[in-house]
Amino acid sequence: MTQPSDNAAATPVGAAATPVGAPAATGTAVPAVRVSGVTKTFGTRAGVVHALSDVDLTLAPGEFAALIGPSGCGKSTLMRVIADLESATSGTVEVFGKAAATARADQDYGIAFQQAGLLPWRTVAANVALPLELHGLGRGERKARVAELLEMVGLSDFAGHHPDQLSGGMQQRVAIARSLAEQPRLLLMDEPFGALDEMTRERMQAELARICAETGAAVVFVTHSIPEAVFLADRVVVMSPRPGRITGEVVTGIGRDVPRDDALREDRDFFAKVTEVREALHGTPVTGSGREAR
Amino acid sequence: MTSTALTTSAPGAPPGAPSGADATPHRRHRGLGALGRLRVVALGLLGLLTVAALWEAYKALAPEDGVLIGETRVLPRTTDLAMPHVWDMVRRLFEPTTSIAEEALWQTVAAAALVSLGIAAVGWVVGTTVGLLLAVAMARVRVVEWGLLPWIVLSQTVPLIAFAPIVRSWGSRIEIGSWEWPPWLSVAVIASYLAFFPVAVGALRGLQSHSAIHADLMRAYAAGWWATLLRVRIPSAVPYLLPALRLGAASAVVGTVVAEVSTGYLDGIGRLLVSYAGQASGDPAKAWAPIFGAIALGLVAGAVVTLIGVLLRPYRRGEAP
Repeated sequence: MTQPSDNAAATPVGAAATPVGAPAATGTAVPAVRVSGVTKTFGTRAGVVHALSDVDLTLAPGEFAALIGPSGCGKSTLMRVIADLESATSGTVEVFGKAAATARADQDYGIAFQQAGLLPWRTVAANVALPLELHGLGRGERKARVAELLEMVGLSDFAGHHPDQLSGGMQQRVAIARSLAEQPRLLLMDEPFGALDEMTRERMQAELARICAETGAAVVFVTHSIPEAVFLADRVVVMSPRPGRITGEVVTGIGRDVPRDDALREDRDFFAKVTEVREALHGTPVTGSGREAR
Repeated sequence: MTSTALTTSAPGAPPGAPSGADATPHRRHRGLGALGRLRVVALGLLGLLTVAALWEAYKALAPEDGVLIGETRVLPRTTDLAMPHVWDMVRRLFEPTTSIAEEALWQTVAAAALVSLGIAAVGWVVGTTVGLLLAVAMARVRVVEWGLLPWIVLSQTVPLIAFAPIVRSWGSRIEIGSWEWPPWLSVAVIASYLAFFPVAVGALRGLQSHSAIHADLMRAYAAGWWATLLRVRIPSAVPYLLPALRLGAASAVVGTVVAEVSTGYLDGIGRLLVSYAGQASGDPAKAWAPIFGAIALGLVAGAVVTLIGVLLRPYRRGEAP
């Protein structure tokens, strides 16, 4: 009924070449995400639950922020509020200077969830094409863009397969390709690797880091894995539950130009940051064993 | 990669699919091989033979007067009148319908069954269409679901024989220009009245079955309600829809037969059932012929829905094979 045919015009899809290189994360640019004073409460049978309490968060264009915290800390809710899948009870959410609802209507972000959420009756290619199709991109352009995306996630040979023929990791790669379909400048990811085994997970992390470097998109990445957060993010935002709020931030200092590979995972600075995030999570310095054991 | 594809569990597997959790190669979903199909046919025949054998065994072993507990007969009499031999029933099919008729009994039954099949098909199509429209309306507006669903359930509690004559008498008064309401249409309307119910309920359930993640996704794409209906809700309703269509087809057949009897429609298999039952004292095997015809009718209706299921196979991925 509210088919947004005009959105296709607002979002240049598949037209321009993929932006390459480090994004301009200057202070003067409009922030990719600006969350200020956001509170979110749910009314449940047991009473009112404070999912988010007075949350402030600003994300520069091209910045990669990981939201981390124990379950129930509202990290997923925060991401969903930014995506306008939930509305904040109070406070304001802006995406590229626009209200979250407008940004959603304008397709300013791409999104991926813990479950790939592919449509099982569609082929891999048709799944990736879904957002393009919904926003009225022509058949030819669609085909070209899908080929390009599948190439990017290394699934060109699987275009004609159905999701049930793919492993969990491959399904998630399709979901990531889909989230990148309209070249969003912001990616919202809710534990996209949460259901994968450790080895697949590490490979996917490296792949995501490469893709983000290629596209220059800002990322809000929800995770409950400390190493994953440090490995991927410029900034790790630490949250705590009841009520959900931001309790700390750790800037990883690992530049965009540092390749996200296995060498980084063995790096001393990497471990130091992991420890720092862990301390921020627990609220107390982790003494002894943790550091010594390494 | 392929080996992991076969063994790792797939988190994105479609909902409501117990076996869909494993990424099985799709050859399993593509139906059976020639050998498997042969086995299905053999098993079907074996089932038929088993029923016939049980029938004859009971007839041979049980007492003539059936089995009684006190005054109550719990198992039927085994006389030729109550339970004709299987071979007598089959032989009767190939004998003339009446002593003066040319036609074999099976031909009479088949002709009547075809008429009933046509009426049931019309009833099924009308009922399915109405059921689907109701389901979409109920899925669209909550209030409609709350207001309508109880009535839909209630509609099925009205006994068919109560309103069948009413439908016929209303129909006979309908006349549009030179067009008159034919009697068979009353039968089809009653059949559709039975057929729409499982479709409406099943389709509603199916339209509400899409996963939350797909709903989130479509919302994130700023897709409207109709786009979501078309691209997500209807396709994910298919696994619920097929059993509903099957039930609807069975209901349409039963509804047709009962409505033929209760509206006094003469060309269908319903009348044969009644009139041959009346002749059973003189010709017991003959009464069974229209029963076989009715069973065949049900099988054809079921087969049609199975065919629809084959056509919709892409939307049933992840269903148990």
